[in-house]
Amino acid sequence: MDENRSHRLQANALKIAHLLTLFVAMMIICTPGLWIVLNSFRPTVEIMAKPPVWIPNELNLDHYRAMFGGIGEGGVPVLTYFRNSLIISVTSTIIALLVGMAGGYAFARYRFRGKSAIFIGLMVTRAVPGVALSLPLFIVYARIGIIDTHFGMIITYVAMNVPFTVWLIDGFFRQVPKELAEAAEIDGCTRWQAFWKVEFPVAKAGIASAGIFAFLTSWNEYALASQLTRSVTSKTMPVGLLDFTSEFTLNWGGMCALAVLMIIPALILTFLVQKHLIAGLTFGGVKG
Amino acid sequence: MRRIKLPPWLVLLLPAIIVLMAVVLLPLILSLYSSFTAYRLTRPDSLYRWVGTYNYEKALTDAKFWAAFGRTVLLLTIALNTEMLLGLGLALLVSKVTRGQRTLRTMMMFPMMFSPILVGFQFKFIFNDNVGLVNNALQSLGLTEQAIPWLVDGKLAMFSIIFAEVWTSTSVFAILILAGLYAIPKDPLEAAKVDGCTSWQTFRHITLPFIMPFIYIAMAIRSLDVARAYDIVQIMTNGGPARRTELIWTLIGRTGYVDAKMGYANAMGYTSIFLAIFFTVYFFRKLTTARNELGMGG
Repeated sequence: MDENRSHRLQANALKIAHLLTLFVAMMIICTPGLWIVLNSFRPTVEIMAKPPVWIPNELNLDHYRAMFGGIGEGGVPVLTYFRNSLIISVTSTIIALLVGMAGGYAFARYRFRGKSAIFIGLMVTRAVPGVALSLPLFIVYARIGIIDTHFGMIITYVAMNVPFTVWLIDGFFRQVPKELAEAAEIDGCTRWQAFWKVEFPVAKAGIASAGIFAFLTSWNEYALASQLTRSVTSKTMPVGLLDFTSEFTLNWGGMCALAVLMIIPALILTFLVQKHLIAGLTFGGVKG
Repeated sequence: MRRIKLPPWLVLLLPAIIVLMAVVLLPLILSLYSSFTAYRLTRPDSLYRWVGTYNYEKALTDAKFWAAFGRTVLLLTIALNTEMLLGLGLALLVSKVTRGQRTLRTMMMFPMMFSPILVGFQFKFIFNDNVGLVNNALQSLGLTEQAIPWLVDGKLAMFSIIFAEVWTSTSVFAILILAGLYAIPKDPLEAAKVDGCTSWQTFRHITLPFIMPFIYIAMAIRSLDVARAYDIVQIMTNGGPARRTELIWTLIGRTGYVDAKMGYANAMGYTSIFLAIFFTVYFFRKLTTARNELGMGG
């Protein structure tokens, strides 16, 4: 019986070690974000306190009030940035999805010469680092006068997102059996009708997840936006975050509040399509 | 006049191609041209002063450039490998849990939603030597008397940057590998158990080959935005202290916009583009082979 007991003991020890490791890992993942949220509610005095204050004495909405109150603390027009971000991200996501659907459909349903070469070509354009692209884009946009406009940013983000949306959507259309659309065509649909009535509804979840990725990319992008936007007319929130820094000081509390504002839409959207997100990435990729 | 009829696939692909031509290809051609000129932002007429390969020669003999290049490759190697190993570990841990897996999965996706610039700022705050979480915790626990200058010391700053980078991207690997673990058929695993394989053998010879394509997908996705590290570094240290954390991307940005030497910056930009293209093509190739091995190719 002794052997039996030591075996059980070992199994239990292993289980505890497993849960402990998992707990520590999750702590590391969650703490930085929670720290930001916590600090957005704390007065600046407490953030800067030395020795540190671990248990907050008071929590208030001062940073949020300052952020939304008219021009905002230190003159950061957060609401305008939020609106710019929203307009640019939503518009570019919709356009990228339409373009991506057309492209993905072409890759999934037609056979043509140079298919894989075009595919790799599309992917490679996505790999060009934002910084390297921002220099020439800056020159071109400045010449044709679309620097610091919504239009300029939207078209840039469409180009950034198209390769990835094409890749994902291609994977989803492949999962839809060809026979489905063919049956619809035999029943008298045109190809266009067959697409919208049969294939699109089946692949809808996947297209939604591609949309989330496109939205998150535009919403979070910084390297290009920091050079192509100059003033409040088109500055997005990631660029606006830098308004809280000055040469020697940083307004940590205000930055945390803006950070929370930036995360919330991303958080909501991601939770809405969480399930499709994983399925989209893996099946789009493995089978695609 | 006869209308030219294009094949349908080309019509469908045309919008994508046009957008990419206008926004990516055209500027790249322009930057290729300007990398052969002495173009300075402050003097527009210098765009027409042809200097041949002078900028490239200058870049290739510039110690600062090579230091930044080496550092970038080092950072990518360390970060990607660490992310993969940690992601694998995390996925295995989560897959063994019997209850609350959904919640854990949701928590794992948390860092993916953070903008890289936000990650940079967040870790700048956390590693701040005066008010940061890490130093506060270390000092309160009495582990260190003095504040550790996380972002001021060269080596520690590099460590902090890698930590931030790994924190954001490990979840990409973890989630994709987790999806791979779910997709493994149960039969071979049971057969291995019956045949008396140790758990290491089962992992090495059954689990690992099955999740390899998923690891490559994660790598391929990551390779598309390796330059995200630019945002993080830009915010956390801005290449400092004394260029100890200067990556190729921050060097380009500084040369182009701060020093206004656009031609020279574009010459360096091209090297970074080739670096990115190399990574992308490499991992997409790997992905295709791994797919074919499992018979998933199409």
